[in-house]
Amino acid sequence: MNAGHPVEMDTLYGDYPLDQAFDEMRVATGELRPHYCALAETLARLPHDELQRRKQSADLSFLTQGITFTVYGRDEGTERIFPYDLLPRLITAQEWDRIERGLTQRITALNLFLRDVYSEAKILNDRVVPRELVYSCKHYRRQMRGLQVPRNVYIAVVGSDLLRLNTGEFVVLEDNLRVPSGVSYMLTNRRVMKRTFPQLFSSYGVRPIEHYPQLLLATLRSLAPEGRPEPNIVLLTPGVFNSAYFEHTYLARQMGIDLVEGRDLVTHDNIVYMRTTDGLKRVDVIYRRVDDDFSDPLIFRGDSTLGCTGLFNAYRAGNVTVTNAFGTGLADDKAVYAYVPRMIRYYLGEEAILPNVETYLLSEEKERRHVLANLDKLVVKAVGESGGYGMLIGPQSTAGQREEFARQIEANPRNYIAQPTLDFSRAPCLIGDRLEPRHVDLRPYILFGDKINIVPGGLTRVALERGSLVVNSSQGGGSKDTWILEQ
Amino acid sequence: MLSRVADSLYWMSRYLERAENTVRQLDVTMSLMLDTGGASSEARWKRLMAALGKPAGMEWNGDLEQMARKLVFDSLDPAAVTFCLNGARENARQVREEISTEQWQRLNRLFHQMHSPNAQTQFDSNVNDALTSVVDGIHLFKGVSDTTMIHGQGWQFIRLGRYLERAYATATLLEVYQPDLFHAQEREHSGYQYLELVGLLRCCTSFEAYCQVYTADLSPDRILEFLLLNCDFPHAIRYCVDGIRDAIDNIQRTGGRRPPDELTAVTGRLHAMLGFTTIREILAGDAAAFLHTIREQCMRIHELIYRYYVHYSIQSALAV
Repeated sequence: MNAGHPVEMDTLYGDYPLDQAFDEMRVATGELRPHYCALAETLARLPHDELQRRKQSADLSFLTQGITFTVYGRDEGTERIFPYDLLPRLITAQEWDRIERGLTQRITALNLFLRDVYSEAKILNDRVVPRELVYSCKHYRRQMRGLQVPRNVYIAVVGSDLLRLNTGEFVVLEDNLRVPSGVSYMLTNRRVMKRTFPQLFSSYGVRPIEHYPQLLLATLRSLAPEGRPEPNIVLLTPGVFNSAYFEHTYLARQMGIDLVEGRDLVTHDNIVYMRTTDGLKRVDVIYRRVDDDFSDPLIFRGDSTLGCTGLFNAYRAGNVTVTNAFGTGLADDKAVYAYVPRMIRYYLGEEAILPNVETYLLSEEKERRHVLANLDKLVVKAVGESGGYGMLIGPQSTAGQREEFARQIEANPRNYIAQPTLDFSRAPCLIGDRLEPRHVDLRPYILFGDKINIVPGGLTRVALERGSLVVNSSQGGGSKDTWILEQ
Repeated sequence: MLSRVADSLYWMSRYLERAENTVRQLDVTMSLMLDTGGASSEARWKRLMAALGKPAGMEWNGDLEQMARKLVFDSLDPAAVTFCLNGARENARQVREEISTEQWQRLNRLFHQMHSPNAQTQFDSNVNDALTSVVDGIHLFKGVSDTTMIHGQGWQFIRLGRYLERAYATATLLEVYQPDLFHAQEREHSGYQYLELVGLLRCCTSFEAYCQVYTADLSPDRILEFLLLNCDFPHAIRYCVDGIRDAIDNIQRTGGRRPPDELTAVTGRLHAMLGFTTIREILAGDAAAFLHTIREQCMRIHELIYRYYVHYSIQSALAV
């Protein structure tokens, strides 16, 4: 029996290449980064089967809690466990400080941009952002023009995706300003992690994130309509078939608010009510997890049964707060994204703390020609899509796929952007019984009520397949807990 | 509580009760068929179907095993046990945040048990064991429901669904059996007649309870009295109606709304109908009509619950 023997440092690592991509744990010459030393030592000290035992116990914990997501386009087994990696991703206090300042700046500017576009449109008149770009965006909602939004907050809940480039610098890949998801995984990961590595966790001095639901509730409450001191706050879900349904039930339970579907809501005289066994109860704040298009058949898609008829008019009348506001997808359009640094300069007179990824707008002829000639090196994305759908990764594509995308780009250039294939950072993951590096991103969650709050943490998503650059849960990604260190 | 949630809990509970009832009646019928001296298999099957509300597509075709398998496993047939269990689980899934983890796990386990490939094999090798394990699963669920859930409105809607379904099913069963029972009384008492009476009691898991009250001396009027008017036995209609009334009282007490008069009237009337009568009076009158009225009143209560708690019009709610 060699079960009691500790795993030696070098047998701990499997196929662990170090190349030009930034490795979260090791520097290019192979030494450990200082803040990863304690983690590596703990792993090296653990008997081999103990690590596996902890992994199994963590897996089981997810399974019995029913922490699942739904994969579209499959008849059978639509509920799946979200894959989970046992090792935490560590971020130093200094790195986090920059992320926090950068995101606060960015979200402030994006909110100002939305307010501007839906009111005076100064930024368009000053030709900082092209008018055609905004008005051709499929998430632009003309119904929002001139509408007074409570506290002028359009985007109360945001999850921005960050990547770390080979320079070690964090950049923003995209802003999710509509209905960002994944925060329940951030919270459940942490709970499981504290149970799996209790000593390690306490020795590291990790900043807490568990108060997120409470903070979210406070944010929603701060946005309630005037004169409603005890607002009735609800979470609006599309229902049990939505991929994030688990998260909706989780957040509603954690906040102690009702989880409602469109069919639970009725409007009368521009007031939204929910049907309860005690009669109609007025609703003041709706945390909306239903897309714009499906929210109100009277205003948006008429064939939608997920929303509430008359919701938008009640919102317009100021009798109910719906958050995020409608039409916020305008500002996370992947082509509008290219202008965010300019927005920050325009509204705040500052330079962006967190840079953008270089982005080619395919509606510009010169850039389009360059992109079409270099499709095999670039990543092409549809501007209005999310979740890793509608994407071409040049270096990993076939000639046929590239031709197909070229055709689509020519047909509708406004619908696509291109970016260089990013060599973003990798973090060690437990693959089998060895550590191997996998590409990771980071999605911190930003709350915007009275002020901007960012819980120190986020969802680190992992591309669990070797060499893969796609971290989306719908496309075989997993996640790991993210520890923001006190020091 | 949200109307939709109350509705889902109510139906979750009704579907489970229905599944249990179907399983028990099928089990009893199949074991009665082993004694070939009494009624024919076809007559028994017809009686079973009548007691289950005459579902379509379940006409006797001579192949008992195939029919029984269909009644248990055909998840597309609304009469089938799996159909009911699927319905219960689907309702529970939609209100996952309202029920306890233990409840969800029991129900989920039962669901997977019924859909596992072993289920049909086990059924083919030992019908009785297979059916008993389904009833066991449902009993476990009821147990954890009572011990792990807040006894608030949601729990009351679960009770409401259970007792309403049970009262209706028992009334239907008695209505179907009733002509046979009293017709047979004129004939010689035989072992077969005894088996029939035990079967009827076992359909309501009430054989032992009956014996405690009346000894093993089985007579049709006592059985009818027991299943109709006993106020301490959970499968007796009177007990169920008390349960319905109690659940509605509690729902009204915890809610802020004025009690709906009509609902109070209908449940009160049914309660009084069963509480202030004797079996002699019922038998002197038209027993079948009496049973039929119970069923109608149950349906009326269901409609009123819907109208007051679930599908009320906006105008009526705003007027309050």
